[in-house]
Amino acid sequence: MSETERGEMTVTVQPRPVPPLGPNRRLKVPKQAERRLGNGLTVIAVRRPAVPLVELRLWMPTGRTHLARGTMLAQTMLSGTESMTSVRIAAELQAVGGGLSAGIDPDRLMLSGASLVTGLDRMLEIMADVLTGATYPNGEVATERDRLVDRIQVAQSQPAHLARTAMLRRIYGTHPYAAQTPEPEQVRAVRPAALRKLHAERVHPGDAVLVLVGDVQPERALDAAEKALSGWTGAGRTGELPPAPPLEPGPLLLVDRPGSVQSSLRVALPAVPRTHPDHAALQLANLIFGGYFSSRWVENIREDKGYTYGPHSLVEHSVAGSVLIAAAEVATEVTGPALLETTYELGRLATVPPKPEELEQARQYALGTLQLGMSTQAGLASLTSAYAGSGLRLDFLAEYAARLAKAGVDDVAEVARRYLAPAGAVTVVLGDAERIAPALSALGPVRTEPARP
Amino acid sequence: MAARRSRIPATKYPVERFTLDNGLRVVLTPDRSAPVIGVAVVYDVGIRSEPEGRTGFAHLFEHLMFQGSENLEKLAHFRHVQGAGGTFNGSTHHDYTDYFETLPSNALERALFLEADRMRGPRLTEENLRNQVDVVKEEIRVNVLSRPYGGFPWLTLPPVMFDTFPNAHDGYGSFDDLESATVADAADFFRRYYASGNAVLAVSGDIDVAEATELVERHFGDVPARPAPDRPDFAEPDLTAERRERYTDALAPLPAVAAAWRVPDPVTDFANYLPYVVLAEVLTDGDASRLVERLVQRDRTVTSLGGYVGFMGDPFDVRDPTALLLQAHLPPGGDVDRVLRTVDEELDRLATDGPTDGELARTQARMATHLLRDTDAVLGRALRMAVLEQQRGEPGLLNELPRLVGEVTDEQVRAAAATLRPQRRASVEVVPGAGR
Repeated sequence: MSETERGEMTVTVQPRPVPPLGPNRRLKVPKQAERRLGNGLTVIAVRRPAVPLVELRLWMPTGRTHLARGTMLAQTMLSGTESMTSVRIAAELQAVGGGLSAGIDPDRLMLSGASLVTGLDRMLEIMADVLTGATYPNGEVATERDRLVDRIQVAQSQPAHLARTAMLRRIYGTHPYAAQTPEPEQVRAVRPAALRKLHAERVHPGDAVLVLVGDVQPERALDAAEKALSGWTGAGRTGELPPAPPLEPGPLLLVDRPGSVQSSLRVALPAVPRTHPDHAALQLANLIFGGYFSSRWVENIREDKGYTYGPHSLVEHSVAGSVLIAAAEVATEVTGPALLETTYELGRLATVPPKPEELEQARQYALGTLQLGMSTQAGLASLTSAYAGSGLRLDFLAEYAARLAKAGVDDVAEVARRYLAPAGAVTVVLGDAERIAPALSALGPVRTEPARP
Repeated sequence: MAARRSRIPATKYPVERFTLDNGLRVVLTPDRSAPVIGVAVVYDVGIRSEPEGRTGFAHLFEHLMFQGSENLEKLAHFRHVQGAGGTFNGSTHHDYTDYFETLPSNALERALFLEADRMRGPRLTEENLRNQVDVVKEEIRVNVLSRPYGGFPWLTLPPVMFDTFPNAHDGYGSFDDLESATVADAADFFRRYYASGNAVLAVSGDIDVAEATELVERHFGDVPARPAPDRPDFAEPDLTAERRERYTDALAPLPAVAAAWRVPDPVTDFANYLPYVVLAEVLTDGDASRLVERLVQRDRTVTSLGGYVGFMGDPFDVRDPTALLLQAHLPPGGDVDRVLRTVDEELDRLATDGPTDGELARTQARMATHLLRDTDAVLGRALRMAVLEQQRGEPGLLNELPRLVGEVTDEQVRAAAATLRPQRRASVEVVPGAGR
């Protein structure tokens, strides 16, 4: 733009065009090194030297673990070993800028952490001590039991938690995924001996995957892992999960929470695993529907109607199956209208092909956010670990990107018809039944039950 | 044992600074390790600057900055960012408001265009205003009104500690005030605070400095020049007598308490401020920290505990007056007085004996990891450098923080702990209204 033109702009505003994008940078998948140790542990190392840190993720499959015991196992795993108290473990990790935390879900037990890269050996050494010698001391277990009970009680006072719990129960029935938070009484019944037994049975290297990402040469990271973790041995149950059951549509489940100022709206739809031929097109269809801000659903119920703050929909992948969940917290008085618009947007995408420009926008977003997700050590570590947990490696990213690039309007329209149709949806609404039941009942059959943890 | 002291590493992100003729300050920090960029525009206006009768206005206005601008229809901003493969957001703080994008690097010029366009002027219409008042009310319902411990303690402690409207009021705003907001208010607010001279642009990541400089000049060069408004003095005297409040949270199942003490000026007295930032971590970072070991593990009077400087938890983006905060959740029937007494006792012990051998060094090593981890994210660098430029004229401080944290001494931490006396303390207790 010339200087003269610029000068005129201050007087009369002429439209300025949005600059085009530069050429797309090809997706560069970082190289990984991998080694299977003698004890069966798979170690994957990826180098990203940006900051002098290293990220660690240890995935241990734990399908069919007793819910309360498993949750307590994660809560107390770092509470002491033969040689170290919980405080000592924390202090020794801190000394190398490190920290470890444990978490569990129906698929896996996960130890994750990060430290200064100079502390990698020490962090691995401490982790090995925990894996081979966690003692679950009586005093610490009692403390952590009470803390966990309190935390569950706080969770149970949160609408989002209650809505998710009701949704999982509704869609998974008797499958292990149906309950993911134990009841306080179940937690209170867990004794240290049961944790030691569970640890011996389930914390073993055979099917575990360790991911290390950071400012370290991959071969050196593999050597460090081998040195620290070769002594971790043992085998036990792996606990194969049965496939998740298909969704069974039925009456809307209205979970009554009297006095709610908002309703929690949840819609579950069928989905497929990452490797399924429909997966890339389904991701694009999900984006167009509600998977990002510039989606039909968000533009409708937030930016046009102001019913809600942060609606979003997401394909959730678990080992035994995948599901698409759309979630919004909406004002009580517009609960019916919000559901109507949700059903409308799902139905519209399932019956009318998206516009090519809508698809291009979603495609760019999907491809761009792949780049963003890989651009930090922490993001790369979590992605590598999640992929490894479903048997994939980072090179699958290139294949996924190619599938995203290739999916056409017809492909997306076809998967939308098959997966996003409102006829296949399972809907749960948590809110003040007295105020929202009339409008919801006008839209279809409703079954009401009281809120329960 | 005497802990081995980990050497605190540093980053060396290059920093280029310049100021355009219209007063816009610019920071560029290239790093070509991944093909992504972070773009941040920070305006020097926040919750403290909103007028009486307009609580929540700074945040509401942040929403309005996404509703279209000189050359962009409503929704266009979102679509142009996400259609370029990027993500965006904005957030309102006590002392600033930020707008930012993370994008693949081929979208640099587009991102600059989008930010420049709304710096020239957002489309402030009655329809957009009403729509966003509704959206903000839902945001407040989600984050405060229907959530147990909503707004605790960041909204509920300032009115105990402070006396003046700018420091004490609810930054999310009352529904009455939000509904009273007018388009004329918004236009005034924009004219006064969203001036080129009151803003900083930072771009990080996969950029060529010469090319980025030219693009910045092309897109921001003709943003009309307006000077920064005078920043009022928000100072308040320190407390001389303890303040204590309690309120019932109808949704909360368990008691909680938060306590705060004023700290030195984060900008003009950084050397004396930094020890408080370290002290907060010595007290609460992890199972080996003073207060977690004592209150959670030994006494079991607390089930979770946090400590930090700045009401929103970031010590490097606030101005004076601010505070060191501790917050604790208690078991059923927990005794808040006892918890506060124990905190006093532990602070006394630290003030008398100083940190134990290795205690400070391990805390500093962990803080270095946290700081480095934040800067690994391309957007983290842009945002932080923009704020450091705005508040201190020193974006390169980001590279120095791990080292400076590492240079804080036992004696400085001891001296800081000695100032956290009960008579300087403001605290607020949450009485559970949903007890079983």
